[in-house]
Amino acid sequence: MIDIEKANAQAVERFMEARPVVTGMGKALDVVPGMHENLLLHAGPPITWDRMAGPMRGSMIGALLFEGRAKSPEEAETLLKSGKFEFSPCHHHGCTGPMAGVISPSMTCYIVENKTHGNKCFSNLNEGRGKVMRMGAYSSEVIDKLHWMESVMAPTLKNALEAAGGIDIRAVLAKALHMGDDGHNRLDAASVLYTAQLAPYIAKTARDTQTAFEIIKFLGENALSILNPVMAACKTMTDAGHNIEGSTIVTVMARNGTDFGIRVSGLGDQWFTAPAPKVKALYFPGFTEEDANPDIGDSTITETAGIGGFAMATAPALVTFIGGAPKDAINTTLDMYEITYAEHKQFTIPFLDFRGTPTGIDVRKVIEKNLPPRVNTGVAHKNPGVGQVGAGVVSAPMKVFEDALVAFAERYGF
Amino acid sequence: MATIKTEIRSGVYYDSAKLMQLQRSLASLPGIQDAGVIMGTESNKELLAHINLVTPEVENAKPDDLVIVVRGEDEKSASAALSKVDELLTARKSGHDQEYQPHSIEAAAEMLPESSWVLVSVAGRYAAGVAREALRLGKHVFLFSDNVPVEEEINLKQKARELGLLVMGPDCGTAMIGGIGLGFANKVRNGPIGVVAAAGTGLQQVTARIHQLGSGITHGIGTGGRDLSEKVGAMTFLQALDVLTRDPDTKVIVLTSKPPSPRVAEEVLKTARKAGKPVVVNFIARALTTLQEDNLYFATGLDDAARLAVDLANNPPKMDDNQNLRLDRFAPGQKYFRGLFSGGTLAYEAQHILANYVPKVWANAPINKEYKMANSMVSQEHSIVDLGEDEFTVGRLHPMMDNELRIRRLFEEAADPEVAVIMLDVVIGYGSHPNPASELAPAVAKAIETAKKAGRHLEVIAVVTGTDEDPQDFNGQIELLKNAGAWVDPSNEVVVRYAGRLLRALADRESSTEEPGGKPVDLTTLKKPLAAINVGLESFAENLIAQAAPTIHVDWKPPAGGNERLMNILERMKKQA
Repeated sequence: MIDIEKANAQAVERFMEARPVVTGMGKALDVVPGMHENLLLHAGPPITWDRMAGPMRGSMIGALLFEGRAKSPEEAETLLKSGKFEFSPCHHHGCTGPMAGVISPSMTCYIVENKTHGNKCFSNLNEGRGKVMRMGAYSSEVIDKLHWMESVMAPTLKNALEAAGGIDIRAVLAKALHMGDDGHNRLDAASVLYTAQLAPYIAKTARDTQTAFEIIKFLGENALSILNPVMAACKTMTDAGHNIEGSTIVTVMARNGTDFGIRVSGLGDQWFTAPAPKVKALYFPGFTEEDANPDIGDSTITETAGIGGFAMATAPALVTFIGGAPKDAINTTLDMYEITYAEHKQFTIPFLDFRGTPTGIDVRKVIEKNLPPRVNTGVAHKNPGVGQVGAGVVSAPMKVFEDALVAFAERYGF
Repeated sequence: MATIKTEIRSGVYYDSAKLMQLQRSLASLPGIQDAGVIMGTESNKELLAHINLVTPEVENAKPDDLVIVVRGEDEKSASAALSKVDELLTARKSGHDQEYQPHSIEAAAEMLPESSWVLVSVAGRYAAGVAREALRLGKHVFLFSDNVPVEEEINLKQKARELGLLVMGPDCGTAMIGGIGLGFANKVRNGPIGVVAAAGTGLQQVTARIHQLGSGITHGIGTGGRDLSEKVGAMTFLQALDVLTRDPDTKVIVLTSKPPSPRVAEEVLKTARKAGKPVVVNFIARALTTLQEDNLYFATGLDDAARLAVDLANNPPKMDDNQNLRLDRFAPGQKYFRGLFSGGTLAYEAQHILANYVPKVWANAPINKEYKMANSMVSQEHSIVDLGEDEFTVGRLHPMMDNELRIRRLFEEAADPEVAVIMLDVVIGYGSHPNPASELAPAVAKAIETAKKAGRHLEVIAVVTGTDEDPQDFNGQIELLKNAGAWVDPSNEVVVRYAGRLLRALADRESSTEEPGGKPVDLTTLKKPLAAINVGLESFAENLIAQAAPTIHVDWKPPAGGNERLMNILERMKKQA
């Protein structure tokens, strides 16, 4: 008979022992396992073009325009419908992508290596806020920015990262949580720390001062600069605890804008999915819930690893998104202790007497308490080409945990 | 006519989320069609342009300017909205200082580690599961929920007994612990009386009357209506009685219940007799055979129970305990009573009283025909022989005048190794033997001596009926018997009850191995200031907080949303663990 407690303890221990470090960068085609010319990766569980949400379709169109495989959005759409391209979840290729999470073959990716267990994960570069491809926008300014990032920023960052000997993401996150970040929706402090660590090496390795100026400015002004490597880092942690026989710990939560999916450590690579919920959000001027696409993105890997919405108590400024008081941030974290297996050894919460963040979602506890994980997230417009319309909080659908529990019971004979 | 109004504030910073919130609040004000609140960056100004909220002021705004634009139905509503900006920016949500409500007893227990009690008032089908969790965490349970199957009740109470915890209920409405009322309870002053009650209103009536009579209570422990049933076997009642027995502050105990199962009632009374303090018993509709029996005081109703308890608390009676019986004098196997009476009515009364102490009393002239001795000449088990009956007086004087037959029978009984107590009645006065003690006392001394030689102690007891003006010298008769080693009293009842206590104690000594198992309830958990966890009716938590008892209310939901299949899986996983 399996020992669930022991298996869960082992899985979560591996989450916490993992030490992800961004070591370098490389073209997706060169570094991402299984990547090929006609493969487009996306956020969340598997999805077909027919069922694909607006922002993800927009992103796919943007990717073909960026890759130079299509000259116009119309041509891109025709190609995408044609079956010429394969769509596959980032999570099937060691990747994570925020929002639509589209990664195409020639995009440069961060390489994040877990120094404890040796596994690697990848993520693309962050474009900043506003009209961005990850939110489904594909206008020429969006594509132009991507080209600048690819041709100017990526090579310099790669050299700078290598010169710096890598950046320890776990250490940056641990510090940022003490500076008011949650590690998902609010990464202001972490992005500044990241920029501050890289800036001297950017200055040293950039081909000229103008390039250094542009890159440091771009990184410094983007409060989400570090989001993508953080996500890859979180995935190295949860991957380290994946495939532990008999464990009920969730190792992936991800959404593709149509479905919300999870994977469970003791249930291999099976996805459990349900319709992605709408986000309870505050909207940018001129937008309402009517405009919002359902929940989308791989960024819930942060909550899966024990930060983000679960560490809300470290980021009281975020509660304004849910229209609440700082007390609500504390309560969100306290709630998440009820459905998690452990308290994080590395990530702590000053306000709660440096208690570790709630870590390792236990499917059993989610069902028992009837309390789904809560996630902080951005909201994309439901139509392709528009972009972000707001930000807020969302609860994972209970069905995915119910299905996982039933599958677990069948698999292990309960 | 729709009017757009703009306000620009330079050099102020607000979190973007705060601005979105302000925008939403402004848009929801009366007469406002749309609102925009942004920092004046180019991309933000574009957003405002999309929704036609652009004014010259907006176009001129710089990136670090706070831009507030509203479009009102008319000038007045637009201005009114802008005047609210400061108020909205500083507004606080109501319920700001409301405590965190955990979702499980476990999380609540971490928040309030000093809590010893969990109040459960969730729907019956979930109640046992919640109560089990409370027990697992080492808490006493006040189980208000009804519709809990009796099998679950038994299971919970067995578990509680093993752990030294109380499960009050199910369907327990009232309890009062250390002056704090749980569930439905009155404000009753603290005092020397402890109450155990099966049902809630009984507890309320008795404790309220105790208060009205000027006294007060230590603890009022509810057990639930089914506790005294045959199936449940008074598990909680007995635990409660035990903990109040051990509580030095409880001077008097009151037991009250609806009609209990007779066997279970006996069990409860057996334990109550060992309390070493007065116990007032009011089992509604149970026929009274006596008003008092040692430390047990039988009340005729709830009010009488309260009155008796207050009287006993105010005028504590001297308690005899089994120490005074000196059971160690008796040899193993000595357990039976033999009454050798000359008076028929005295023999009758002896049968009636002894029936409260021992299961069966045989007699040659029985009250109940079932217990007629097979042979008046040969005693069996507990026997009461009226030697004034016809079978003994044929051709012979009545034993009030002739002691010979009784003395012979005394020696026979004394030789029986199972006999512990022999009772004689000595009736003097006109017409009786002129000096019965002169013959009986030497025989008593001889009987005791014979038993002693055989390694036994024989307790000979005697009632002397007469007055100091009788010709036989009442006091002299008593003196003679006492000197011979007999235990003597002028009251038949007193002598029989003394015998009863002895016999019961001897019987208990033989069966002392069948004590109920489990761990005693830790008295300190009742004595320390009450702190509780509440699952179910929120008003129960509010009532406790109103009594200044620290309480955490759990935001409880049915496990798995009440989905049976998932609940069963979780149960199976727990069992395996």
